[in-house]
Parts: sequence; C-alpha cells; structure tokens
Amino acid sequence: MSPQFDFPMFVAQDLAAARGERTLFSSVSFALAPGELLEVTGANGSGKTTLLRVLCGLMQPMAGAVHWRGEDIRALREDYHRDLAYVGHLNGVKGELTPLENVAFARAMAAQGDDAASAPLALSTLGLTTQQQRLPSKVLSQGQKRRVALARALFGRAKLWIFDEPFAALDAGAIALVAERISAHVRGGGVAVLSSHQDVPFDGVQRRQLRLGAPASASAARP
Amino acid sequence: MISGFFQLIKRELLLAVRRRGDVLSLLVFFVIVVSLFPFGVGPELETLREIASGVVWVAALLATMLSLSRLFANDYADGALEQLVLLPMPLTLMVLAKIVAHWLLTGLPLALVAPLLGLQYGLTGVPLLVMSLAIAAGSPALSAIGAIGAALTLGLRGGGVLLSLLVLPLFVPILIFGAGAVDAAVHGAAFGAHLLLLSACSIAALVLAPLASAAALRIAIE
Repeated sequence: MSPQFDFPMFVAQDLAAARGERTLFSSVSFALAPGELLEVTGANGSGKTTLLRVLCGLMQPMAGAVHWRGEDIRALREDYHRDLAYVGHLNGVKGELTPLENVAFARAMAAQGDDAASAPLALSTLGLTTQQQRLPSKVLSQGQKRRVALARALFGRAKLWIFDEPFAALDAGAIALVAERISAHVRGGGVAVLSSHQDVPFDGVQRRQLRLGAPASASAARP
Repeated sequence: MISGFFQLIKRELLLAVRRRGDVLSLLVFFVIVVSLFPFGVGPELETLREIASGVVWVAALLATMLSLSRLFANDYADGALEQLVLLPMPLTLMVLAKIVAHWLLTGLPLALVAPLLGLQYGLTGVPLLVMSLAIAAGSPALSAIGAIGAALTLGLRGGGVLLSLLVLPLFVPILIFGAGAVDAAVHGAAFGAHLLLLSACSIAALVLAPLASAAALRIAIE
C-alpha cells in the first residue's frame, strides 16, 4: 500500500464531451485516491462509455483534462497505458485465436513479466475449462468471450482499472467472482472506475458514485 | 518495447495462419490478373515481353489494394484496435509492426510468385530476378503508404473505394521505378539505380507513414 494513501492518483478536471451537436456531459470532476472505486451510473445514452473512453485517452474531451499521478495523460501516453487496464464495450477478443492466445498476447504486450502459467490460471479462475481455452474464441458464447476479455485485465499488474459494463453477459457466479477480484484490487491500493447497471456489492471498498445526466450532480461527492 | 514490436508481428502472422484464405485469395487474384493479359493482347512473345513489367506491377498494386482495407478493419470491428492503441508502446511503433506484418503477408509472397508469372511473358534469367527484387524492394512503400489510407478510411461506409482513390495515385512513383527496373533489365540496361530508388522510397515511407497513420488512427477510434 502507498504511504500517501489519500493523495489523489487519478483526477478528472471539468471534463466535457459531446456527440455531434448534443453535449453529453460537462464539468465532470473527481479525484480518486489509491483504494477507491468510482461507479459511473446513468441512463442509456447519458455518456458513460464516452466518459470512460475519455478517461482512457481514447477520446479527447471537449474541455478539461485527466491527470494520472499528477501528470496529464496526454503527456504520459504509453507510460499511462502501462498502468492502465481497460475493458471496453467491445471485448477486443480475436475470434481466430484461442482464449489462451488472446490472454497470453495481452500479457506479453503489457511487459509484466511473462509468467506463462498465469494465462491458463486467469482463464480457469474465471471458469473456462482447459478444453475451452484451446478452442477458437469465436465459438465461445458471449459470456465466455466477456470472461476472456476480463481475464486479460483482472490478473495483470495495472494500477488503474477502467471497465465499461464489466458484468454485461456474465452469469451470477461470474459476476460475484469479478466483483471479488475488483474489490481485492481496490483494497490493495488500486484504483477502479466502472460503469454498470447492476447493483453489485463490493466488499470492504470505498465506493463513490458519479451519476451522469442528472443536473447539478455531475460532480462526485464523497459519501 | 522492442519485444512488444515482435510480439505484435507474431500475432499478425498467427492471425493470418488462422485465416489462410485471405493471403491465398490475394495471390490467386494476382496470378489471374497477370494471366488474363496474354489472352487479350495475343500470344506474340515480343509484345508480351514489352508489357510484362507494367502488367505485373499494376497487378501487384491492385492485389496490395485489396488487402489494405483489412489492415485495421478487423481489429476495429471487434474492439481489438482499442486494446492495441492502449498498449504501452508508441502508437507509431504499433503501426510500423502492422505495416511490417502486412508486407510479410502481401509484398513478400507477391515478390516470390512474380518470377513464375514473368515466365508466361517470355522473360528469362536476369529480368525475372530483377522483377522479384523490384517488388520486394518497392512493396514496403506500398504497405506503408497504404496504411495511411487504411487508417483514414477506417469505419467509413464505402471505405474501400475511397481507399483506392486516396492511395493509388500515391503508388505512381513506385510503379514508375518498379516497372522501369524490369524494363531496363529486359533491354539489358543498368537497373541498379531503379532498385536503389525503390529502396529509398520504401525507407522514407516506412519512416514517415507510421506517423501519419497513427494520427489518422487516433481520429478514427474517437
């Protein structure tokens, strides 16, 4: 755990974004310290995915900036990517590759030490049998593909987890498993930002909420 | 970072092995287009020898065009491109790895097949070798310039046609030097300068194109 536990690691300042002519959100600000989890909620179309993409640096905000460890992510770029695990709305799982190859590739690229055993371990922890791990990913069900996408992120060493609807298409058992993994990450001094429609319990975690689309409550207040 | 570069090339090659049809159909297209000309032009060897260099090069450009639209499109459609953009390596390096893999899967096979097609046009000996060398030296530029077009047209409807309109005019210098090299060899003239110019184009394109392509990708994924 970090000695400066309350130093904000991940800060968003006055973010604004638009889709076409319509402003999705404006003046969204928050500051997350290590060991905090931010839940982004809001109706469909309120800009949750856009906000998460802005936080990753995949999209440029119309206004405002995102800071990681006190530096603008636009200046950090790949240094920021080293600390970041993102699971998007799309799984990004290659159908031609097996789950094992998908996870192993992500592991190798993240340069977090290629412990070859950890890819099978990550997948079997998330409930894919050894046989399923060796099938082409395109024959897997939607929920199983989601598990492969999550396996890449949940067992890496990234400090910051940004997950867009991580529980979509997962069954109850997998949801509990993923929630437990996220809780453990946050309790261990990590930072997580999630968007979700489900009310999933996270054990022993400082949980903050950010509601998009509701007037005058755009900035997160500490509970 | 360098190991990541090779990991990425390995991934592209693995994906291509799983989708062998893509590379094969490209080669079959190249062979068929080149083989059609003798039927139209007639079987006179003198004429065929004259047009061989141009025909083979134009067919190689078209075959490369066909494969370019897939360069980023598959990864874009399934979300893998977002993950690639967020890799802890500079985006230009990621694009360069894609370009190198694309060349290994198009330019290199085309260069290997081209001498066989040259035989159909009555070429023998040195011109066949020069044809192969010229395609091998010039096609990296095609992959690199093509990557700019592929990134610019990513996610657009009818992107394929637009891609051709954007990229084919930029292929003209490569076509001139490439066909020139083979022509010179056919007529027994010195062809070294053409090959050097082709290599120079490729090196310049490999240095500059990833920058432009990376900038276009950033816009495309927004």
